[in-house]
Amino acid sequence: MAEKYELQEIEVWDGNMAASHALRQAQIDVVSAYPITPSTPIVQNYASFLADGYIDGEFIMVESEHAAMSGCVGAAAAGGRVATATSSQGFALMVEVLYQASGMRLPIVLNVVNRALASPLNVNGDHSDMYLGRDAGWINLCTYNPQEAYDFNLMAFKIAEDYDVRIPTMVHQDGFICSHTAQSVRPLKDEVAYKFIGDYKPKNAMLDFDKPATYGAQTEEDWHFEHKAQLHNAIMNSMPVIERTFKEFEQLTGRKYSVVEEYMTDDADIILVSLGTTVESSQIAAKKARENGIKVGVVSIRVLRPFPYEALGRALSKAKAVAFLDRSLPAGAMGMLFNEGVSAIYKTDSRPVVSNYIYGLGGRDLTQNNLQEIISELNNDAKNGKITHATQQFIGLRGPKLGYN
Amino acid sequence: MSDIKNLKQYSKASERFEGANLLCPGCAHGIIVREVLNATNYPLLVAASTGCLEVSTAVYPYTSWDVPWIHIGFENSSTAIAGAEAMYKALKRKGRLYNDKEPKFVAFGGDGSTYDIGFQFISGCFERGHDFTYVCLDNEVYANTGGQRSGSTPIGASTTTTPAGRISYGKKDKKKDLLFIMAAHGSPYVAQVAPNKWKDMSKKIKTAIETEGPTFINAMSACTTEWRFPANQTIEMSDLAVDSLVFPLYEIINGRELRITYRPKNVIPVRDYLGAQARFKHLFKKENEHIIEQWQKNVDEYWEYLQRREEAKV
Ligand SMILES: Cc1ncc(C[n+]2csc(CCOP(=O)(O)OP(=O)(O)O)c2C)c(N)n1
Ligand code: SF4
Repeated sequence: MAEKYELQEIEVWDGNMAASHALRQAQIDVVSAYPITPSTPIVQNYASFLADGYIDGEFIMVESEHAAMSGCVGAAAAGGRVATATSSQGFALMVEVLYQASGMRLPIVLNVVNRALASPLNVNGDHSDMYLGRDAGWINLCTYNPQEAYDFNLMAFKIAEDYDVRIPTMVHQDGFICSHTAQSVRPLKDEVAYKFIGDYKPKNAMLDFDKPATYGAQTEEDWHFEHKAQLHNAIMNSMPVIERTFKEFEQLTGRKYSVVEEYMTDDADIILVSLGTTVESSQIAAKKARENGIKVGVVSIRVLRPFPYEALGRALSKAKAVAFLDRSLPAGAMGMLFNEGVSAIYKTDSRPVVSNYIYGLGGRDLTQNNLQEIISELNNDAKNGKITHATQQFIGLRGPKLGYN
Repeated sequence: MSDIKNLKQYSKASERFEGANLLCPGCAHGIIVREVLNATNYPLLVAASTGCLEVSTAVYPYTSWDVPWIHIGFENSSTAIAGAEAMYKALKRKGRLYNDKEPKFVAFGGDGSTYDIGFQFISGCFERGHDFTYVCLDNEVYANTGGQRSGSTPIGASTTTTPAGRISYGKKDKKKDLLFIMAAHGSPYVAQVAPNKWKDMSKKIKTAIETEGPTFINAMSACTTEWRFPANQTIEMSDLAVDSLVFPLYEIINGRELRITYRPKNVIPVRDYLGAQARFKHLFKKENEHIIEQWQKNVDEYWEYLQRREEAKV
C-alpha cells in the first residue's frame, strides 16, 4: 500500500506539479515515461513520489518517447490504469504509437506540455505539438492554469476510462507559462479524488487468460474504413460523457467547466477565440476594451477533440467579428484554430467576419498591446461589416507583414 | 515444471498457435512459433512486431492465436511486452490480478525488427531487466516488404535493395553478430536455435522462458520465398545451415559462459549451403568465387572463436 500524502487545502503548485499530483491520486498502475523540457518535472515528481513510497504502481523509465508510449500501450492492453507525459520532439517521436493506442481503444492519459517543434530547436511553449497529434484519434482537453491542469487530469481518467468511451486522452497545458508558473491550487483529498475517478474496469484485459484477446490485428480495405469510422463515432459520442464529467466535477468542487467556455459573449460584437494560457490574457484585454466601449468577449476551446462543432458555432453566431488566435503555424495554411473554427461558423446564419492572428511561436509573449491592436482591427471589421485588413496576420513578429491576404 | 515434451506429447498438446494462418507453405516462422508456445505449460502473453508473422496470423476478423496477443508496430514488440509485464507486477502487488495464473511474457520480431529498427527498444528492455523472452525469427531479410536487406543479411546475398548485378555481388556488409551484443547486456540467457534441431531448440526456449530476466533466442528461420528454395526443403535448409556451421548452435549464460550445444559429425562445406539457395546463385560465377572463399574463412574463424570461448568459460 502506498503511503498517505498530506495535502494542504491550498497548495502552491506549478502546472507540472499539479499534473503529477493528479497522476498520484489516480493511483496509476504503470507509468512508462521519458523526460523532455518542459514536461520533465512531471516525470521527476512522479519518481520522487515513488522514492518516498507514495506510489504503489510500476514506473518504467524507458529509452525514448516512442518506447514510452509503446510501454503504455502494452501495459494498458494488459488491463490497468496508465499515464505518461511529454512535449514537442518527444511527442513527435510518439506520434506513430498514438494512432496505435487509439486504434486499440486503450484509455491512456497523456500530459502534453505544449512546446514548439524544431527546427530551429526551441524549448518554449507553443501549440505546434498539439496540432501534430490532433488527428491521432485521442480526446484532447486544453487547460490554462495549474488548477485546471490538476482538475482536467482527474477528469481525463474518468472520461478516457468510461466504459462507453475507452479512448486515450491528452491533457494539454502551455509549456513554461503554465507548467513552470506556481499558483494556488485547491486539490481534492486523495480519497475524494480517487472516488471521483473510480476503479479501473478494462475490456478484454490481456492478463485475463480465460478470454485470450488479439490486440492490434491487421486489416485491409475490407475492414479498415469501418474501424476508423467506429473510432470517429466513439470519439463523437464521448462528448456527452465529457459534459457529464464536467457537471459531476462541478458538483464536487464548485469549479465549472464547459467544452466551449464563454466570457462576456452575450452582447459581444467582437470575439477572440483562444486556447491555453492566452485565454486569461484575452479575458483581461476584453475587460479593458469594454472600458473603452468596445464590446469584446472571449471564447476558449476546452475540448479540441471531439471538436465542439455545435457549441462553438453557437458561441460565435451572434458576433460581428471573430478573431482566431493561433499559437502555431501550419506552414502554408491558415492557423489550425481558424480552419477548424470557421468550419463551425459556416453553418450559422449570421456569419461573422473572421480573421486569423498567428502569435507567440517559440514562447514569444503576447502582450496586452498586441491584443488591443487586434481588438481595434476587429472593431473596424465590426463597424464596416467586412474585413478591413489581411485575413491572416502575424502579431509581434519583426519585419514586413506576412500571411494570407 | 515438467521436462521437455517428447514428440508424442507435442502432438497432443493444445494448439496455442493455430495452423490456420497465411504464412507461405514451408515458412519456418510457423514451426518456431509453435515450438515456442509449446515449450512450456505456462500461460503466455505474446507480442509480435510487424512482419510476416504478424500479417499472416491476425487478419481481422480472424486470429491464429489462442493466447493473449498484441501487435503495435514494427519496432516495439519488446517494449509492448515489457509494459504488459510491468502491469502484471503492479496488479499482482495490488492484489488485482484477473486470475491466479502465473504468466510468462514473449515477444517475437523478424530480424528486421530485431537487428535494425527495434534494436534500441530491445536494448532498453534488456538494460531495465524486464522478465520476458525475446525471440528473433531470423530469416536474414525483410520478407514481408518483399526481400530488402537487413542488418542480419549475410555478405553476398542478393536482396531487392542489395541486388546482385553486373558489377555487384549483392550485400557488401557482414551479418551483425547480435547474440554477442545481447549477451553483452548481461542477459542471464541467450541462445541460437534452429528448427531442425528441435530438441535443442525446445530445451533452449524452455530455459529462456523459465529463466528470470530478459532472455534472447535467435532462431534461424529459413524463408522459402526470399532465399528461394523449394517449400518442402525448409528443414533440409536448416540442416545445411547448422552442419556447415553457418548457423552455429550455442548458448551464453549470464553474459559469460558459452556452451556449444551441437557439433556436426561431418561438417559440410559452406558452398553446399549457399548453392542450395537462389539468393546466392550469382556467387558461383567465376568473378564472385572469392566471396564463397571469404564466407568459408569467416565461418571457420568464427567456429574456432566459439570453441575457444567455450573452453575458456569467459
Ligand atoms: C516504422 C515502420 N517502418 C517500416 C515498416 C514496413 N515494414 C513492415 S514489415 C517490414 C519488414 C519486416 O522484416 P522482418 O522484421 O525481417 O520480418 P519478416 O517479414 O522477414 O518476418 C517492413 C520494412 C513498418 N511497418 N513500420
Ligand atoms: S516470405 Fe518467407 S518469412 Fe514470409 S511467410 Fe513466406 S516464407 Fe515465411
